[in-house]
Amino acid sequence: METENTELLRFTTAGSVDDGKSTLIGRLLYDSKAIFEDQYEAVRRASERRGEEEVNLALLTDGLRAEREQGITIDVAYRYFATPKRKFIIADTPGHIQYTRNMVTGASTANAAIILVDARKGIVEQTRRHAFIASLLQIPHLVVCINKMDLVDYNEEVYNTLKKEFEHFSYKLDVKDVHFIPISALRGDNVVDRSKNMPWYEGSTLLYYLENVHIGSDHNFIDTRFPIQYVIRPNTDAYHDYRSYAGRVSAGVVKKGDEVLLLPSGFKTRIARIDTFDGELQEAYPPMSVSLLLEEDFDLSRGDMIVREHNQPSVSQDIDVMVCWFNERPMQPQGKYRILHTTQEARCIVKEIRYKLDINTLHRDTANVHIGMNDIARLVIRTTKPLFFDSYRRNRQTGSLIFIDEGSNETVGAGMII
Amino acid sequence: MERFNYNLSHLKELEAESIFVMREVAAQFENPVLMFSGGKDSILLTYIARKAFFPAKIPFPLLHIDTGHNFEETMEYRDWWIGELGVRLLVGSVQEAIEKGLVLEEKGYNASRNSLQTAVLLEAIEQGKFDAAIGGARRDEEKARAKERFFSHRDEFGQWDPKNQRPELWNLFNGRKHPGEHFRVFPISNWTELDVWQYLAQENVPLPSLYFSHEREVFERDGMWLAATDAIPRRPDEEIRKMRIRFRTIGDMTCTGAVPSDADTIEKIIEEVAASRVTERGGRADDRRTETAMEDRKKQGYF
Repeated sequence: METENTELLRFTTAGSVDDGKSTLIGRLLYDSKAIFEDQYEAVRRASERRGEEEVNLALLTDGLRAEREQGITIDVAYRYFATPKRKFIIADTPGHIQYTRNMVTGASTANAAIILVDARKGIVEQTRRHAFIASLLQIPHLVVCINKMDLVDYNEEVYNTLKKEFEHFSYKLDVKDVHFIPISALRGDNVVDRSKNMPWYEGSTLLYYLENVHIGSDHNFIDTRFPIQYVIRPNTDAYHDYRSYAGRVSAGVVKKGDEVLLLPSGFKTRIARIDTFDGELQEAYPPMSVSLLLEEDFDLSRGDMIVREHNQPSVSQDIDVMVCWFNERPMQPQGKYRILHTTQEARCIVKEIRYKLDINTLHRDTANVHIGMNDIARLVIRTTKPLFFDSYRRNRQTGSLIFIDEGSNETVGAGMII
Repeated sequence: MERFNYNLSHLKELEAESIFVMREVAAQFENPVLMFSGGKDSILLTYIARKAFFPAKIPFPLLHIDTGHNFEETMEYRDWWIGELGVRLLVGSVQEAIEKGLVLEEKGYNASRNSLQTAVLLEAIEQGKFDAAIGGARRDEEKARAKERFFSHRDEFGQWDPKNQRPELWNLFNGRKHPGEHFRVFPISNWTELDVWQYLAQENVPLPSLYFSHEREVFERDGMWLAATDAIPRRPDEEIRKMRIRFRTIGDMTCTGAVPSDADTIEKIIEEVAASRVTERGGRADDRRTETAMEDRKKQGYF
């Protein structure tokens, strides 16, 4: 079937109420025929009831009653569309109060981020914040859409100035791949179809970019990391002594016959088989879910990790992290939290808050280290048992962790290991 | 350098994600259950569960909330598929709940047992002391479901609080809870209707005959074609016609609309779905009651 080889691209859109984010998403969905008649009809009726003149495409993404009533987006909403080349998952994040927390959530799994800049307003505080979060979360590809070009007469100068201004501040950020596109989401210029109004722009349209940006190297194929998720033991006559270690390849390529090292024991053995329901495999790579059988059995369990002898992760109980705080209850200095990291669960104590980061100026504040909701800070934590980790920059899977409040069980923070 | 050719197709990537979530449930919860309706999404769910634990059997039972208004074909398929998987089936019966007086049957022409399922489901979860109920909901189905998490927390009354959901990052799923609370888990959250069909076709998964074009007695109500059955009282002016139809979703007979269709193979269904301009839930009377019908039901504990 022709659809079999399409790839999956996940991207986030960041923006506030006025910069045309909903219009842009509406257009991508509408032009790619992902909006259905009954959905469009429901939105048209709702717009009419609210006394709006035009069909408000924002209502497509605002699904909850409170969101419709207040005209705001509360939560990350996921949207789907597909072209013959790729299937897309949009994590659509709102632009108001709980903004940072939601964008961080949406960004954590994204291959690309779209940052919208209003051509009339230029680079504003929010643009810097979006770009910073995209770099903090290591989204591999950044697309800056200079929107509302129709309102500045499709002027090339305006575009070039904004592009330069963005580049000027983004060089301080850790972003690998930035792309600029002048668009008008409302009129459709350079979104799906090439603009006739901007002959001076020779680059690709937004959809063309999303369809073609190279994501094959977004995973780490070098440092073999296989966190054990679950142990499969059928206990049936046919599979009497069968014992396999199920999990997802976090990084690297695992091959049958490979010599591997087991953590935390440090024992060495070989991979005897790579099993799936569909048969045995010769090799497995991210983000595949497989199960591994080892030549000798060492009684491994969930949270253990299979790696290579000459490429091991850091193993430590003292860990430096950047944290984004999610909860109304501020982080407690010396506080104790439960953490999830790969398939490990542990507890930790916040030993030191090094500084709080102002995400607009990138200023490091060492005096005021009160960490409230949406704040970003650098911490040192000590865990109850050693974690097997890499820096988040090198590996988003083995470099990330979440903080859980032990009383409420809520997820209160996201950590990126430095 | 070796040549890099390590790309998964989007269906394989979705499968890998769903298997991961399924295994995470088995690892994090003591007593999970998988909600099975006999529809294509729950068939996909069980198919993925079988892959996740192979060669072991699925390590949790299936739960069917039977409204008593199911199509015969659904029940036949259900019993056959349970046998294939070798799993235990639990049934929560809406009919029994009505007879016991636990729930009150709706009256009138548009009466549906759909909303009664919620009470029976919550009862079954409490009785079985299940701490995770795995469901086949997808985010593309409906606007309230677009905001659903993979691991969705429910309080001790089984309620969903959409404004206070736990953030979900990377592939770290927080399944911690207090006694009496439970989780709904949705491993196929990121699949669209088309993905489901393409995958079922690619994997040659046998499906209930209701999904394929067949001749059936139907009647029209509010622009929907409903099956002519004793479970749905008809108004005097509602005429029965024999038509070639198929069902896009399979649920309770009283609220599942048929579409006129000649698609009698899975390939033709995929063509039809790809060209369709109406969502599959457009044929569901339960979602058309109000603009936030799904959100309201979900808050109360519907899945």
